[in-house]
Amino acid sequence: MSGPSTAAVEAAVARAFHDEWGRIVATLIRVTGDWDLAEESTQEAFAAAVVSWSRDGIPRVPGAWLTTTARRRAVDRLRRSRTGATKTQEWMMSVAADDSRDDDSGIADDRLRLIFTCCHPALSLEARVSLTLRTLAGLTIAEIARAFLVPEATMAKRIGRAKAKIRHAGIPYRVPPAHLLPERTTAVLAVVYLLFNEGYRATAGADLIRSQLCEEAIRLARALSELMPDEPEASGLLALVRLHHARKDARVDAAGDLVPLDEQDRARWDGAAIAEGTAILEAALRRGEPGPYQIQAAIAACHGNARSAELTDWREIVGLYDRLYERTPTPVVALNRAVAVGMADGPLAGLARVEELSALGVASSFPMLEATKADFLRRLGRRAHAERSYRIARDMAGTDAERRYLTRRLTEVET
Amino acid sequence: MQYLLMIYADERQVDAAIEADGSTVMAEYGAFGEEMGQRGVLRGGARLRLTTDASTVRVRDGETLTVDGPFAETAEQIGGYYLVECKDLDEAIEVAAKIPGARMGSIEVRPLWEM
Repeated sequence: MSGPSTAAVEAAVARAFHDEWGRIVATLIRVTGDWDLAEESTQEAFAAAVVSWSRDGIPRVPGAWLTTTARRRAVDRLRRSRTGATKTQEWMMSVAADDSRDDDSGIADDRLRLIFTCCHPALSLEARVSLTLRTLAGLTIAEIARAFLVPEATMAKRIGRAKAKIRHAGIPYRVPPAHLLPERTTAVLAVVYLLFNEGYRATAGADLIRSQLCEEAIRLARALSELMPDEPEASGLLALVRLHHARKDARVDAAGDLVPLDEQDRARWDGAAIAEGTAILEAALRRGEPGPYQIQAAIAACHGNARSAELTDWREIVGLYDRLYERTPTPVVALNRAVAVGMADGPLAGLARVEELSALGVASSFPMLEATKADFLRRLGRRAHAERSYRIARDMAGTDAERRYLTRRLTEVET
Repeated sequence: MQYLLMIYADERQVDAAIEADGSTVMAEYGAFGEEMGQRGVLRGGARLRLTTDASTVRVRDGETLTVDGPFAETAEQIGGYYLVECKDLDEAIEVAAKIPGARMGSIEVRPLWEM
């Protein structure tokens, strides 16, 4: 009997990696208490799957096969190193093997336990994000290093140090009890949002949308909003990522190039996702505690529910950006507000806002500021100035798709 | 796990506070000690003399060098410590947050090396 084709096995392993990696690592950490052991055993299970599935066929429930295999590998590793401590771990594993998956807070998702641990405030923000991407999303250290523009060795060290601190400082592996939940929530939401953005707009390289990361973030946001029904920001974040992701098919054209919002084919937006995101947002807003995620979701909902670019309520969007800027006065928010002002009051007003920002000296680290300035100059017919700005922005762009978009704009204004 | 909770503050400021209303400060520390003693987490602790009473010792090439003062001149100094036995870092943080000195200065939480 011949097994499945190599392509079929590879596809099944890739799919299982996407669906199951985080859950398997999270479960193995819970039962072994050893992060490295959990990761290595899970890695081995996936390597074993390639061989075994080619020979014996793809199992009906790949996740269960992988979990069992990873568990066995972990036990084998523990047996090979016969120390007192590992005897205890073996015992713990046999106890944990058939426990119910509940803990103090009644949350049965190991991945949630993992993300709260990865996002513990005793870890630096950089460490939290990196660790979440590695252990939960299964990104390689090389990918994470690329995403944060640091050498691979630096990233490996950062993640290693974070794991060591969890072990040495006794950071508990659990979803925090109710009285600690609110203060831990902010850190977790920030990491989930960064994770989504990493997928939505890969910081560097050719891959513009890594849908899998976005879906991972949406899944986590959904779990968090269910876990914290009294935290409207968790729902706000879920609404925000749903509304953004709803536009993904229209955001990039067949050649992989970025399509600006006003040129997107709105028929290709996911209407069901927009409706769901809007409904989640409205329910959250009814609690009367707006925060940055709810406001951003409200902006995304304005775009998502506008039947055409011309019918967009830019004045409403400017108002929302004003409220967002009160809470999070960052250059990115200021720039987006400038864009909205440019749409509501014309390019001259928008350009004035951008130039105020330039005067603050943030432009050098910030290619989109130059690109926005270029767009206003183009709309004002000041082609020579626009050309210069597009050129600067293009040279600073982080992804190939951004570079191609800016090159296209550049050829439009070139004389 | 055992954690050393080090109480950092500007010692002159602390001194002034004790000068002004020492009995309140003592009562607060007394209440903390009582609560944590009953809870069973305390393994030790002390208030330290000022850094003006500190000496720093190094041995270089077999020679002992002693200098007056703390290891480093900083804006805040260790004024005291507690050694606690806690379930995990979350509990240690909770205990640290209850030290009266946390409201004026900061508490550094350091896990002990487990032997």
